[in-house]
Amino acid sequence: MAWTRNDMAARAAKELRDGFYVNLGIGIPTLVANHIPPGISVTLQSENGMLGMGPFPYEGEADPDLINAGKQTITELDSSSYFSSADSFAMIRGGHIALSILGGMQVSQTGDLANWMVPGKMVKGMGGAMDLVAGVRRVVVVMDHVEKSGAPKFLGACNLPLTGAGVVDLLITDLGVFEIDRKGSGARLTELATGVTVEEVRSKTEAAFDIAV
Amino acid sequence: MASKLRDDAAAALTGALFDGMTIMSGGFGLCGIPENLIAAIRDSGVRGLTVISNNCGVDGFGLGLLLATGQIDKMISSYVGENKLFEQLYLSGRLQLEFNPQGTLAERIRAGGAGIPAFFTRTGVGTLVAEGKEVRDFDGELYLMERGLTADLAIVKAWKGDAEGNLIYRKTARNFNPMMATAGRVTVAEVEHLVPVGDLDKDAIHTPGIFVDAVFQGARFEKRIEQLTTRPKEVA
Repeated sequence: MAWTRNDMAARAAKELRDGFYVNLGIGIPTLVANHIPPGISVTLQSENGMLGMGPFPYEGEADPDLINAGKQTITELDSSSYFSSADSFAMIRGGHIALSILGGMQVSQTGDLANWMVPGKMVKGMGGAMDLVAGVRRVVVVMDHVEKSGAPKFLGACNLPLTGAGVVDLLITDLGVFEIDRKGSGARLTELATGVTVEEVRSKTEAAFDIAV
Repeated sequence: MASKLRDDAAAALTGALFDGMTIMSGGFGLCGIPENLIAAIRDSGVRGLTVISNNCGVDGFGLGLLLATGQIDKMISSYVGENKLFEQLYLSGRLQLEFNPQGTLAERIRAGGAGIPAFFTRTGVGTLVAEGKEVRDFDGELYLMERGLTADLAIVKAWKGDAEGNLIYRKTARNFNPMMATAGRVTVAEVEHLVPVGDLDKDAIHTPGIFVDAVFQGARFEKRIEQLTTRPKEVA
């Protein structure tokens, strides 16, 4: 009885603080927008050139000139602004975005992240992920704890090409939450998903971690 | 001054195309792509192209058209998912690909257009992107040297423009277009609405005409949507 995708998104949403400018990646991170806690106001940045992303348009009202970084049609808010890709990444690289929530293929115990290619098998590209992990002040990764094959994804060291080295602050999986020290002093299991035991997490994790639940 | 106004995409590209050239193409996904110019480049038959663009269109549209005809030898992009032909051509070795992080790509083009030969960024330190590049320590942090990027030709798409080449983009269709307009040795712009000189709000112009060599009103804008996502209307 682990967390669902929506549970993981809801847990990630607890990292939001009032007034934050936030960038959400594709996949589970996108769902975080549905779980913004009451009383908290955040501004969502889309790296293709928009601050203040609104919800999906009503049927028949989609605008081809208004998409998010996942190429989905969206809407604007009264507070929205548009800008170029260069300005967008000045926000990201310049440390003006408070929090980035991204998907991952692998995370290491020292906070390395791999999420852009599998050599010889899958080539999609890093898009804005390398800039986000290098420039955003706090990086949260949300991913399944293991591969479909059962192979662990939270590792001693990533074996896929890295998106960034020592860049992840918090890892949320369907089994629990880990705080990671970017400076390399290790990972700590701080929360367990509903019905999950420390033993189960241990058996499905290659990374070394302390227990703080 | 010679007029920058052209009748159509083919006329705007006259004399600007040659085999083996480098072309920058604006747009993010299919949003804000110069679709009339891409079609004209396909029809011209020019080959051996290096194309700099965040994505490479989709199968059968946008830059995907130039992949299908085999006119592109090399892409410089940040993301190529959602394009089966691209993946096939790349994995079979028929297409070269240089991946750039999206922000690095945007800044390389901005720098190239501004006469800046190189800059340093934290993006990509400790990854494949850093291979062969200078790494320097600034204030205790490691940064990667990235080069400014220019092209023989930049093709951009704007919402409104005038005969001076002044351009205004619309919503997220702006993306890479303004930087690319500055970084082409020749820059050609297609606009949805060609307006009389003086009609554009001078304070709202995104690309001043100095960066644009030729401008025309696009004959046809399909403006395809890659991922149509909607919600049902709330019932009262």
